[in-house]
Amino acid sequence: MKLSPEEVKRIAKLARLGLSDKEVDKFSVQLSGILSHAKMLEEVNTEGVEPIAQITGLKDVFFDDKRKDCSYTDKLLAQSPQQIQDNMIRVKSVF
Amino acid sequence: MDANYNLKSTIYNLQSKMINLTIKQTNEALRSKKFSCVELVKSYLDRIKKTDGKLHSYITVTEDVALEQAKKADKDGKFKSPLSGIPMNLKDIICTAGIRTTACSKILENFVPPYNAHVADRLLDAGAILLGKSNTDQFAMGSSSETSCFGVTKNPWDLTRVSGGSSGGPAASVAADQTCFSIGTDTGGSIRQPASLCSCVGLKVTYGRVPREGVISYASSFDTIGPLTKTVEDAAIVLNVIAGRSERDATTPDVKVPDYTKFLKTDLKGVKIGVPKEYFEGVEKETADAIKAGIEVLKKLGANVVEVSLPLTKYAIPTYYLLVKSEASTNMARYDGIKYGHTTKDAKELEEIYMKSRQEGFGDEVKRAIMLGTYALSAGYYDAYYLKAAKVRALLKKEFDDVFKKVDALVCPTSPFTAFEIGAKMDDPLAMYAADTLTVPAGICGLPGLSIPAGFDKKGLPIGLQIMADQFKEGNILHIGHAFEKATEWHKKKPSI
Repeated sequence: MKLSPEEVKRIAKLARLGLSDKEVDKFSVQLSGILSHAKMLEEVNTEGVEPIAQITGLKDVFFDDKRKDCSYTDKLLAQSPQQIQDNMIRVKSVF
Repeated sequence: MDANYNLKSTIYNLQSKMINLTIKQTNEALRSKKFSCVELVKSYLDRIKKTDGKLHSYITVTEDVALEQAKKADKDGKFKSPLSGIPMNLKDIICTAGIRTTACSKILENFVPPYNAHVADRLLDAGAILLGKSNTDQFAMGSSSETSCFGVTKNPWDLTRVSGGSSGGPAASVAADQTCFSIGTDTGGSIRQPASLCSCVGLKVTYGRVPREGVISYASSFDTIGPLTKTVEDAAIVLNVIAGRSERDATTPDVKVPDYTKFLKTDLKGVKIGVPKEYFEGVEKETADAIKAGIEVLKKLGANVVEVSLPLTKYAIPTYYLLVKSEASTNMARYDGIKYGHTTKDAKELEEIYMKSRQEGFGDEVKRAIMLGTYALSAGYYDAYYLKAAKVRALLKKEFDDVFKKVDALVCPTSPFTAFEIGAKMDDPLAMYAADTLTVPAGICGLPGLSIPAGFDKKGLPIGLQIMADQFKEGNILHIGHAFEKATEWHKKKPSI
C-alpha cells in the first residue's frame, strides 16, 4: 500500500489541514507503512458480520424535552478569536 | 543541632507522612483532626514545587483554588464524604470552569472553558480539592506523553525514560506523591499503560460508566474516564463518586452503580480467572516472569486459574488505529480557528483560516490521526478500512463475550515492556502504537481494565499486572486487584525523587 505525495495532499485538502512539503513527504512514507500494516485485517473473515459503532448496545436514548438555561452564552462567544457582532461570530469571506 | 533544625525536620516528616497516605487514610486523619486540610494541601503544593522541575507532571497548578477550597473544608470541618478534603489533579483534557484546559496542544493553549466537565462537577461536589491540571499527550494521542506541546513527563523511577501515556502526568504525579489521586482518560490504554510504567493503580472503566461530557474527545465510541490512585481501595472509592448515568451524556447506560468498596475481599475462593496465552507473545521476559509470579499469588489466594485463548488479539492494533483515528479525524474537525482556540494571523479568506490555523495549531501525531482517519473514511476506501475494522471489532467483542461465559476475569501484563527511553519511538508511529498491544482490546470492546503494581525489572523499572472483565464488572477486577495488593508489597515501593 503506497500513498503518493499527491494523494496525501488530496486527503489534507479534504481534512482542511495545511501541510508543509516536508510533512507531505513524511506522511506519505508513514501512512503508507501504517496502511500496509492494516492490510492484515484482510485475513479475517467478516462475511455476514454486522459492524459495531456503539459498544454497549445503547440506541435511541431519550431525555425529557425541557428547556434549559444556558448561562454562559457570553463566555462561549468570548472564546472566539474572531470579531463578534450582534452575538454572532464574524468570519472572513468565502472567496 | 539547633531547635530550628529540629522543628524543620519534624515539619518535614509530618509533611512526607501526609502525602504518603491513601484517600481513606487521609480522610480519616482529616476527620480526627490529625492535620488540617490547609496543612495537607500545602504539603502537596510544596511537594509539587520541589519535584515538578524534574518530572513535569503538571501543566497548571491551581494553588489559589486549592487553598480556598481547603479553607472552606476546614471551616466546615466534617469531612463527611470519602473524597472530602482529598487533593487531586485532573488530566488537562478535562474541562474546568475558569481554569485553562489545553489538551496539551497549541490550538487550545489559551482555552479557558466556561463550564466544568460532569466528572469534575461530581468530584468537586464530593469535596475533592483541585491541585491542578496534569500533562498528557496532545489530545490524548500517544503512549509516552511526548506529544504534549509542553514537553514530556519524565518517569519518576528513571528521569531519562517516559512516564507512558497518554495520562503520563496523572500516573507520574500519583507515583511521586504529588497528589493523592488523579483522573485520567483511557481510549486504548492511556490510564493503564502509564500506571504500569510508573507503578500506581490505574482503572479503565466500562465504556459509558463515567460521563464524558466536558472531556475533550479523542475517539467518542472508545473514550473512558477513570482514576489513578495509590491503592485499589482508593480506585473503588473514587469510582463510587464518578460512576453512573448522566443526563449530560447520552452514552451512559442506565446500569446500577453498586458500592464498589463492597467487592474488596482478600481471598479469591470461587473466582475463576483466565490467562489469555496470546497476551504473552512478544512480551519482555522479565515482565512475563513477573506476571506469571503474580498469577501464582492469585492461585494461592484461592483463585481457579485456567489458560484461555483469544486468537483475534493480533488484529486488535490495526482495528484500533483505523477506528480510533477515523473518529479522531471527525472530532478534530471542530478546531477551525473560528469558534475558539488558536487562529492564524495570516489568512485572506475562510478556507485559509481553516487550513492554516489547523496547520499551526496541531502537532505531528494529531495531524497523522486526521490524515489516517480522513483517508479511512474517504470515498473508495471506507469499505476496505473503516467498515472492515468495525466488523473485526464486532468479532473481537464476540470473542470476549464467549470467554467471559467461562471466567470472571482475565489476567495478563499491562504493557509488553517497561518504561522506554525518551525519544526512542517518536519517529516510528507503528512502534509507538505497539506499546498499547495488550491494552487496546479492552478499549475496542468497551471492557473495564485495571493495572496494578506487580514487580520491577532488573533496571528497577515498574511492571504492571492487568485485570480485565466483562462490561460493568468493575467489581470483579477491583476484588482481584485488592486481594493481590493485600498479598504483595509492590505498591508500597516508592521512587526516590
